[in-house]
Amino acid sequence: MDDGLSQQPRYFLPRQSFQSLIDQLTLQGFGCVGPVVRDAAIVFDQLRSVSELPQGTRDRQEPGYYRLENSESPRWFSWANGPQALKPYLFPSREVLWEGSVDEDGSLSFKERITEPQPLAVLGVRACDLAALAIHDAHFLNGPSPDAHYARRREQLFLVAVHCSHPASTCFCVSTGDGPAPTCGYDMALAELDEGFIIDAGSERGKRILDQLPLVEVSAEQLDQAGRELDAAQKAQTRELPDGPLNRILFQNLDHPRWDDVAERCLACGNCTSVCPTCFCASENDVPSLDGLTSEHSREWSSCFTEGHSFISGQAIRPDIRTRYRQWLTHKLGSWIDQYGRSGCVGCGRCIAWCPVGIDLTEEVGAICKDASHD
Amino acid sequence: MTDSTPSQSASVSPQSPSGNLRMPMVAEVIDRIQESDRIFTLRLRLRNPEQRRNYRFAPGQFNMLYLHGVGEVAISVASDPDEPEILGHTVRAIGRVTEAMNRLDVGSQIGLRGPYGQSWPLLQAEGADVLVVTGGIGCAPTVGVINYVLMRRQRYGRLTIIQGVKHAQDLIWRERYDYWRTFPNTQVLVAADHGGPLWPFHVGPVTEVFDDAAIDSEGTTVMMCGPEGMMIAGTRDLIERGVPEQRIYLSMERNMQCAVGHCGHCQFGSQFLCRQGPIFKYSDIKPLLGMEGF
Repeated sequence: MDDGLSQQPRYFLPRQSFQSLIDQLTLQGFGCVGPVVRDAAIVFDQLRSVSELPQGTRDRQEPGYYRLENSESPRWFSWANGPQALKPYLFPSREVLWEGSVDEDGSLSFKERITEPQPLAVLGVRACDLAALAIHDAHFLNGPSPDAHYARRREQLFLVAVHCSHPASTCFCVSTGDGPAPTCGYDMALAELDEGFIIDAGSERGKRILDQLPLVEVSAEQLDQAGRELDAAQKAQTRELPDGPLNRILFQNLDHPRWDDVAERCLACGNCTSVCPTCFCASENDVPSLDGLTSEHSREWSSCFTEGHSFISGQAIRPDIRTRYRQWLTHKLGSWIDQYGRSGCVGCGRCIAWCPVGIDLTEEVGAICKDASHD
Repeated sequence: MTDSTPSQSASVSPQSPSGNLRMPMVAEVIDRIQESDRIFTLRLRLRNPEQRRNYRFAPGQFNMLYLHGVGEVAISVASDPDEPEILGHTVRAIGRVTEAMNRLDVGSQIGLRGPYGQSWPLLQAEGADVLVVTGGIGCAPTVGVINYVLMRRQRYGRLTIIQGVKHAQDLIWRERYDYWRTFPNTQVLVAADHGGPLWPFHVGPVTEVFDDAAIDSEGTTVMMCGPEGMMIAGTRDLIERGVPEQRIYLSMERNMQCAVGHCGHCQFGSQFLCRQGPIFKYSDIKPLLGMEGF
């Protein structure tokens, strides 16, 4: 876990100088976004001053449970995660792709809506968020038809990662191999201590910003302390995904009784797919103007838990919750591996905390694997 | 974490806008044929001469057709690939968009983007027999194949066309079957689950007429399209007759929205139908075929 850190020289940014990072990013033309408390949750929003950061805020997460608590800690990043992180910044929940217009004589024309994103720096992304981003990069950019909207936002993105020292009970990034320390894919990474931040650059852009900051030498003791906290963060995680080739195991157990069991509890609300940082399903919709002359063609997040998701020729391929939950889990943990070379789960635990009935995917897949027969 | 190269935020190369792939082109309805009550064919021509010149497709591929203010729908191209300036699309009015398209007149303009997806294995099939098995109503995705083979008759061996319908009155293109029958080395077999007083063809499932087709199990490429139940039964029967799995191709259908493998609706296990399909080698989709919910 520590390998990523040792590649780059590390420095120390005292807590009282942290504002300089926000200022430097702003000076370099980035809109700055970071964690703030809103609606009783940690959310990402515009950040101008360190005073807006959630000082001493802890998040308590359990299946179907998310509450913030305050502490005397001076720290700004002593929480695990909120309902969203990077996904909405690159893949907005609704986006107009093009617009069709008709003239009075009935002739049709199309106009592309080009995204012109401003450079954006996101401060406080977690290792699981970076892993999810790499998955979305593979999905939206690396295929045969790269998505221009995603690509334009992605190019403008500057990422300041923060080591996770306070995982929630719902976290299991150690099990998925994605955390708690960010090891790649960031421009700058921070490990928070009471008195400030151990900081390193992960890209040339990151290094240029780093060079402008009032850094001091990092002490061996501070490095030890960060190492101990990371170690504790790893040990604190209790949830895990079962070992084994889940793509094979799940698809060999499509008739397991656990699918009926979870279907009794699942509401098919789609919360899990909304908060999942890797879920990419989107429906394409057309919204005509009142006079009917123009019509916007948009894509909006959709969910495999809806009837419409599989609807074709007058019927749904997945008419019940059992087949929808099974579609979600077998894709996320199973067929994703065949599609992208890795599981679609990064261990962030959001789907567990934000499920209104507290369904825990690690428990569900665990139950299926426990008595699963597979070759 | 195997081959998913971690993306360095600094090293993402600027992608050229994929606008060409995702943006519809304007097409005009130059002809409209009412095939049956609810089935119609639109013959479309791209308005922009350059787009028209550049457009190429292979039988089995599909376009996303857009009706202004209503929406898009995936329809396979049923016309000849060597005449790509006129694109035939046979549509069944069954949903919101197709019902509205049923009211289009000649001269109307619609959006068209494509072609998308994999085509029938017409090159691989050259020199051997071709068996086209279709079920349900019309099955437009294979009309392109049939015409393609008939127009290039010398490149292929025996052509057998088997069409199955549920009810006798579901059979469209009856004259076409009669016409196809007139070609050399071509056999046409039609079956209905429920015949009628004047039904001249077989009554029973399509698999029953396989007996009447002289299928060379070693040297036949099978192209099948229709309801999944019929394709499963047909495939099983053909495999029993010794046709190798990897020479049986099926055309699959799922909800398609983006057509470029991003929106997730058409997934069938690990396959995106719009990208790896809609035409699949049977062996590639065998594990999940017929499994409810996929």
